[in-house]
Amino acid sequence: MILQALRLVGWLLLVLIAIVTFVPMIWLLAASLKAPEDLFSYTFFSPNPSMKNFYDLFTQVEFLRYVMNSVFVACTAVVLQLFFSSLAGYALAKYEFKGKYVLTLFMLSTMLIPGQVTLAPAYELIYRFGWVDTYWALLVPSAVNVFGIFLFRQAIMSVPTELIHSARVDGCSEFQIYWQIVMPTVRPMVGAFVLIAFMGQWNSFLWPQIILHSSERFTLPIALTQMVGIYQQQYGMLMAGTLLSVLPVMVLFLFLQREFVAGLTSGAVKG
Amino acid sequence: MSRSEARRKRWRGEKIAPYLFVAPFIVLFLVFGAYPLVKSVILSFYITNGPSDPVFVGAENYRFLLTDPNFWKAVRNTAVYAFWSLALQIPLGLGLAILLNSSWVRGRNFLRLAFFSPNLVGQVFVGVLFSVLFVPQYGLVNKALHATIGTPLDTRWLAEPHLVMPALVMTSLWMYVGFQMVYFLAGLQSVDKELYEAARIDGANNWQQFLNVTLPSIRHVLVFVVLVSTIGSFQLFELPWVMLGRGPGPDSAGLTIIMYLYLNGYVAGDLGYASAVGWTLALGLLVISLIQLRMSGVWGGRRAG
Repeated sequence: MILQALRLVGWLLLVLIAIVTFVPMIWLLAASLKAPEDLFSYTFFSPNPSMKNFYDLFTQVEFLRYVMNSVFVACTAVVLQLFFSSLAGYALAKYEFKGKYVLTLFMLSTMLIPGQVTLAPAYELIYRFGWVDTYWALLVPSAVNVFGIFLFRQAIMSVPTELIHSARVDGCSEFQIYWQIVMPTVRPMVGAFVLIAFMGQWNSFLWPQIILHSSERFTLPIALTQMVGIYQQQYGMLMAGTLLSVLPVMVLFLFLQREFVAGLTSGAVKG
Repeated sequence: MSRSEARRKRWRGEKIAPYLFVAPFIVLFLVFGAYPLVKSVILSFYITNGPSDPVFVGAENYRFLLTDPNFWKAVRNTAVYAFWSLALQIPLGLGLAILLNSSWVRGRNFLRLAFFSPNLVGQVFVGVLFSVLFVPQYGLVNKALHATIGTPLDTRWLAEPHLVMPALVMTSLWMYVGFQMVYFLAGLQSVDKELYEAARIDGANNWQQFLNVTLPSIRHVLVFVVLVSTIGSFQLFELPWVMLGRGPGPDSAGLTIIMYLYLNGYVAGDLGYASAVGWTLALGLLVISLIQLRMSGVWGGRRAG
């Protein structure tokens, strides 16, 4: 009896915390759907919902352009990072080559240095390349993700080496082995990495803020923070913009969550 | 073409392939990783005005940095934030993970997703959302706190210097507790069940089992989470920047180290000084990480002995 009561309390506590976790997101949805004059009248949903905020968002601000910019940058970055990280991860996992040990150590040590240290010289480099205010500056430096290389190295290590050998005997080229044998085998890690890489780019703020100057190239985080300054009185529109900015990652997460949690924690627990 | 020739060709492919596969990484890393790293050390001894015309000043950047009260204010703010974030998130994350790991909990996967979901939202978007949630009178935070513990409805969280940090810590608790929980849960799930069995046979109660089986078994995860959270907390920038209206807030109560770096490097245009700030932070984080690793090692050693 006492045990069951305790369990019930524990479970109710979990549910309560889950509700508290959801409340800000639910409030965000509710605020987006309120008529501008109702924003502070109801705590959550208003009885007469309105799409005015979304309408304003796409007419007063070039919101669609920012969404497209963010989609383009994030998707391109994910494809580039996925390709280069898995290729290098494969080489580290399944080949013996000169300098492999040194390279691995070297890469590990770079993960320990916070990114902000190199911010200034990286900006200077981009300036010299003439890449200020271009997407090259967002895509090229991030194309290889050291964290991603290690995720793939770890996943590919568990691919049976016999599989690779027999493919080689059958006449597959080295790249074919990577593309047709290895990558399909580590599909769950591909899912996890796609989400991690997408989130990283989609939510990225400091570097794009330094690089991008023209408003027609802004990604969502930059555009939204600019809007906060300009449209301070139009909370509803800002909330609608925030909601639409958050949604794509949430949807992607719902599709990839199983792979994601497994991929995220695999390194930490085994270590 | 004879068979042996074909085999030799394939063998050569196997030799060359790994170099080709890591080549893109090495090229990009040398240009965008190694070069900026070396350059930032050099740059930190110069004063620059924009990306051109650097003037060598020796250790002047570091000397100025260490005597600038604003820098120390940023250090103090960031340290206070890191301390409170960890002090709240680690026990709560661990507690949630332990509850979720119990066999009797229904809907575990859903709850895990729920707790983790704020992690998906970028700091910028969280900042925009919470800057509205913290509004006096109408903001949800004030309404909820007024209804439950009776704090005044017109509390100006983001306008009173002494309330800025509590607001930031609360927001980060909402964002990150699920992140810690996911790691702790994965750690708990890998604990050997037989250890609990043995402890029960030895007559250990729940608390003793927690101290003598659970904690030692997840020690590596705990150390990892504390390290990652500390490093993450010390790099705080976007959340206060957005919540406080793209600035350090009232009386610079939300000025963090990275915000200080950004303001000096990119708003004021001195990339040399920004590099010096970056390296000071990197060295500070290295020292803190080493201390944490050392402490966790001592703790582990005592248990084994």
